[in-house]
Amino acid sequence: MMLCKLSLKNIKKSIKDYAIYLFTLILGISIFYVFNALESQTIMLNISSSTKEIIKLLVSILSGVSIFVSFILGFLIIYASRFLMKRRNKEFGIYLTLGMSKRKISLILFLETLVIGILSLGVGLILGIVLSQFMSLIVANMFDADLTNFTFVFSGSATIKTIIYFSIMYLIVMIFNTLSVSKCKLIDLLNDAKKNEVIKLKNPFICIIVFILACIILTKAYLMVTSDISALQEFKDILIPIALGSIATFLIFWSLSGLILRVVRSNKKFYYKGLNSFTLREFSSKINTMVFSTTIICLMLFVTICLLSSCLTVKNSMNKNIRKLAPVDAMFTTTMNMDRDYTYYKNYGYNDNQIKNSKYKVIDMFNLFNFDITSYFKEYIEVNTYATKDLTMNHTLGSKLNEIRSKYPFLAYDTRESIMKISDYNKVARFYGNREYSLNNDEYIIVADFKSMIEVRNVALKNREVINLFGYTLKPKYDYCVDGFLEMSSQHINTGIIVVSDNIIDEDYLILNHLLGNYKTSIQDEIIKLENSINDLDKSLKAKDYLLPSGSTKLSIKEATVGLSSMVTFIGLYLGIIFLISSAAILGLKELSEASDNREKFQVLRRIGTDEKLINKSLFNETFIFFMTPLVLALIHSVFGIIFALKVLEVFGTEELLPSIIMTSIFIVIIYGGYFLITYQSRKNIIKEKY
Amino acid sequence: MENILKVEKVSKYYGSRSSLTKALDNISFEVEKGEFVSVMGASGSGKTTLLNLISTIDRVTSGKILVGGLDITRLKGNSLNKFRREELGFVFQDFNLLDTLTTYENIALSLSIQNKKFDEIDLKIKKVANDLGIKNILNKYPYEISGGEKQRVASARAIITEPKLILADEPTGALDSKAARMLLERFEYLNQELEATILMVTHDAFTASYSSRVIFIKDGKIFKELNRGDNTRKEFFDKIIDVVTLLGGDLNDAL
Repeated sequence: MMLCKLSLKNIKKSIKDYAIYLFTLILGISIFYVFNALESQTIMLNISSSTKEIIKLLVSILSGVSIFVSFILGFLIIYASRFLMKRRNKEFGIYLTLGMSKRKISLILFLETLVIGILSLGVGLILGIVLSQFMSLIVANMFDADLTNFTFVFSGSATIKTIIYFSIMYLIVMIFNTLSVSKCKLIDLLNDAKKNEVIKLKNPFICIIVFILACIILTKAYLMVTSDISALQEFKDILIPIALGSIATFLIFWSLSGLILRVVRSNKKFYYKGLNSFTLREFSSKINTMVFSTTIICLMLFVTICLLSSCLTVKNSMNKNIRKLAPVDAMFTTTMNMDRDYTYYKNYGYNDNQIKNSKYKVIDMFNLFNFDITSYFKEYIEVNTYATKDLTMNHTLGSKLNEIRSKYPFLAYDTRESIMKISDYNKVARFYGNREYSLNNDEYIIVADFKSMIEVRNVALKNREVINLFGYTLKPKYDYCVDGFLEMSSQHINTGIIVVSDNIIDEDYLILNHLLGNYKTSIQDEIIKLENSINDLDKSLKAKDYLLPSGSTKLSIKEATVGLSSMVTFIGLYLGIIFLISSAAILGLKELSEASDNREKFQVLRRIGTDEKLINKSLFNETFIFFMTPLVLALIHSVFGIIFALKVLEVFGTEELLPSIIMTSIFIVIIYGGYFLITYQSRKNIIKEKY
Repeated sequence: MENILKVEKVSKYYGSRSSLTKALDNISFEVEKGEFVSVMGASGSGKTTLLNLISTIDRVTSGKILVGGLDITRLKGNSLNKFRREELGFVFQDFNLLDTLTTYENIALSLSIQNKKFDEIDLKIKKVANDLGIKNILNKYPYEISGGEKQRVASARAIITEPKLILADEPTGALDSKAARMLLERFEYLNQELEATILMVTHDAFTASYSSRVIFIKDGKIFKELNRGDNTRKEFFDKIIDVVTLLGGDLNDAL
């Protein structure tokens, strides 16, 4: 029981060293719990079954991510505990000289880990349970679920999972501790504290060369990801700039201390002012001893920033797009005149009857199923789309075809273009609240909103390519695509509709009939019921011979979007926060683990009469620079990383970049800044003069 | 002669009322400008407590300490720091050099915290390095130089601000005899040529024999004072040894 008392006393004594460790553990545990308890949190929510499916998928993805997260946290905990172990070498040395066996020291460490483990798990789980209640609110808000029957939720399975995962981590820590105790030598333990720090000074000349080299490599990596994205076709192509960037980051941190010292020391007036020389030397010796960790921290921060900001951008853009891109309640589409292309549709799996019977418009088709669709609509319009095998992209691109084909070899050039009458298009545009257009008989316009396709089509339009349609020759009215769409969707995916004057259309080529409308009711439950009953029509016998119009409704688009965007957000937040905590914790631990050594240094400063204000300023500056160094480089990386990510994620919409960058900054300021302040305050306390 | 240090009826008690330890008991003495005074005593005699009180690291229980006419027991906070910075120079047993800074930067620090201009700092360091014979190690780090050199660097840091009083706490404690002799000769030089006032605490008779006056402390009280007068260092040393013998076995290790 002596040992028990000893371990408890040790923990109490070194709580200042442990504070940030404990804080990190508690935070990690609570976040782990929150994201794993998501399923239980959503049970009480009143949401549609399709949303439930999405949440189920989300939960299973999150539990996969949790394994990854547990690895990161595991490494962090082992790293931190070894760090703290090293701090206590002298203490163990004294135990050994006093005749305590290594087995007993291991036992002390075991007990300490046990106490800290139980403490952190207890507090962490309680915090997690509290935080997860807020999570319910966020989820409910995301999925538009009503929270009238809000109840306090406790997830037993998540609790057990958290306990198991973290117990395993603590077990590994215990094994590591035991191993390192059994390996250590008494002489090293005792000498450790006395060891005179040998400053490995790097040759400033080499530092400058390495730094310049690193900058060149970095520029190369930046250019690779930003200039020509089409060169990065495969996954392994993106690994090259990542590897280059990582190497450059390492080299920059390797050379940084020497470089900064060289630069600042040459400004003697600044260097020999107040404690500047001391602050700078302390910083550079610290950076020098942890080049590798700083590199890892910088890269983690980089990933965090990119992850958070691009995830939030996609989420915000998607949610905003929905309002614009799904402006009416429902759109039903039926395919007509399928017999003109019998083999094509046959190959798609439609049966002979369905193909033969494809001569009804949407409303008539619903009537065949004894369903009066129009009676549910407050207002509706009908429009048609036409297509012919004589007008594909091969034709619309005209003389520019080969040029474009060599640049974009994978576009579907043989797909028939969708054609609309100008009157029909304007009807849709009016209904959607989009801009209407007018046309002469010999003109056409292309309506599109998919950015990459607009770029392709604009090449041809700029060249004023004419098209031949139903015996007429048409020239483009504008030398660019105009903005607009017909199909409702969550993203900008309209690759182009050729809009022409009404009187040149040959009705034989009618291929799609659309019905667009707004429901009479606006109550969500009733809409769900209505749409479910329309879906149920598909189960009737008639559906074997008649093809039911396919529907895309505002509600279904919204659910799919929210599902995807929330998945992206949750994963981004989960990983982002864990990365952020890990990197800040490592920095904080490093600073604090040396704070006791530093106490003597500050004592010296006090004895030669340094003002308290000057000492605090020096401490603040050093901690601040130490925390900022990896962050600044990560921010520079992120500028290019985000540019790259936005290009990749273009389809999902990337309009909402600014708010997500602001959100990301808030996250970083709170978590990273929080760790910085805790570290600074703890250091200030440790070096405080004791009278 | 001008009075630099005046210790007036200073007492320092430790512990609670029930178990009181009188580390210093109503002690009084004066140090005049240009003196080199040693305070000797066994472990626990109160000599380190005395130094801590004068250096304002610790506070008196009663009494006054005047440095250049200023009662330093009443100083607080930043004026205390200002006092240490401008009036005192410290030399410690374990050197207390900052290991991340070069010796030049270590010495410069005590001036730069006084907001002195670099040109002035540079000039003074060159002079003091000359005086103390550390010119060729100015660009080295503490781990690259010997203990004796470290102590001379520490001394340079102490005197560069031209303090009224230099306080040395067992300055030769961590040095071998050759390095100790070299350091003490430098102290003598500082004292005689630059008129620096030095108060040194030591338990080593040899070290003490370099000073002009030795104050012996026992159980918190002044036991005896010895003036060097016209004695040679050797004669003075023998006198000190006599007193040490008188003081009893505690100081035998000094031999």
